[in-house]
Amino acid sequence: MKWVYAAYGAAWAIHIVYLVILTRGYQRLRDDIDDLNRS
Amino acid sequence: MKSTFSILALITLALLSYGLYQAIIVAPREMTMGDAQRIFYYHVPSAWTAFLCFFANLVASIWYLASGDSKADAVALTTAEVGVVFCTVVLVTGPIWAKPIWGIWWTWDARLTSTLVLWLIYVSYLLLRRYSTAGQNPMLASVLAVFGAVDVAFVYMAIRWFRTQHPQPVIGGGQGSGIDPRMMHALLINWCGFLALAFLVIWLRYRLERLRQQVEEAHAMKAIAGAKGASR
Repeated sequence: MKWVYAAYGAAWAIHIVYLVILTRGYQRLRDDIDDLNRS
Repeated sequence: MKSTFSILALITLALLSYGLYQAIIVAPREMTMGDAQRIFYYHVPSAWTAFLCFFANLVASIWYLASGDSKADAVALTTAEVGVVFCTVVLVTGPIWAKPIWGIWWTWDARLTSTLVLWLIYVSYLLLRRYSTAGQNPMLASVLAVFGAVDVAFVYMAIRWFRTQHPQPVIGGGQGSGIDPRMMHALLINWCGFLALAFLVIWLRYRLERLRQQVEEAHAMKAIAGAKGASR
């Protein structure tokens, strides 16, 4: 079963990394919007 | 909107959990490949989901080429990105299956090579979108997306047209193909789960992209206003 767990773990790791990248992108955008509102 | 998203997120979580249970506990052990065959329940649905994302990218790209609508451009970018994520899962889980079954991680057969080319085409698409500063950027990317869609068809047909080391199709593969109903159930439940996940992520990414377009527009308006103020 180790190959199955490795494959499933890798699949979820890829999805989680992508979601983290999306969250960071959203935070950067929010900072950008705050800067726009301030100036 | 938030409650719809939460309901959909819960349905996705339920489908993926049930799919995992079906894949690991309920689906029978395959006789020749053993437990490693269970990788199939993540590998195949991820491939189908990636194909659907790339097909949606093709439709949105053609829509953009015909109308120049920025919404179409956002859909195209979003579906390509999520398609690449699912295609990456396919390219990672495939070799993890291949090692115990074939004894090698990778071979340059038609299915594997065309899938790698497909991934490279859409990664190029995303890099073009990300780093090119030319005004024609979305237009060029849309044309590249059309070429990518041709490769999707090639990847799908590769195991039907060529004698490949990759297993022959077990679904829609003609006479002699087919799998145990419990395996099919696990496969379809996981596909539903991954489709729901893809839909959720595309939804999130689309909203993010529309917001980014609005911020970019606001920056441009601010720069124009600044230039006008300076010239007075």
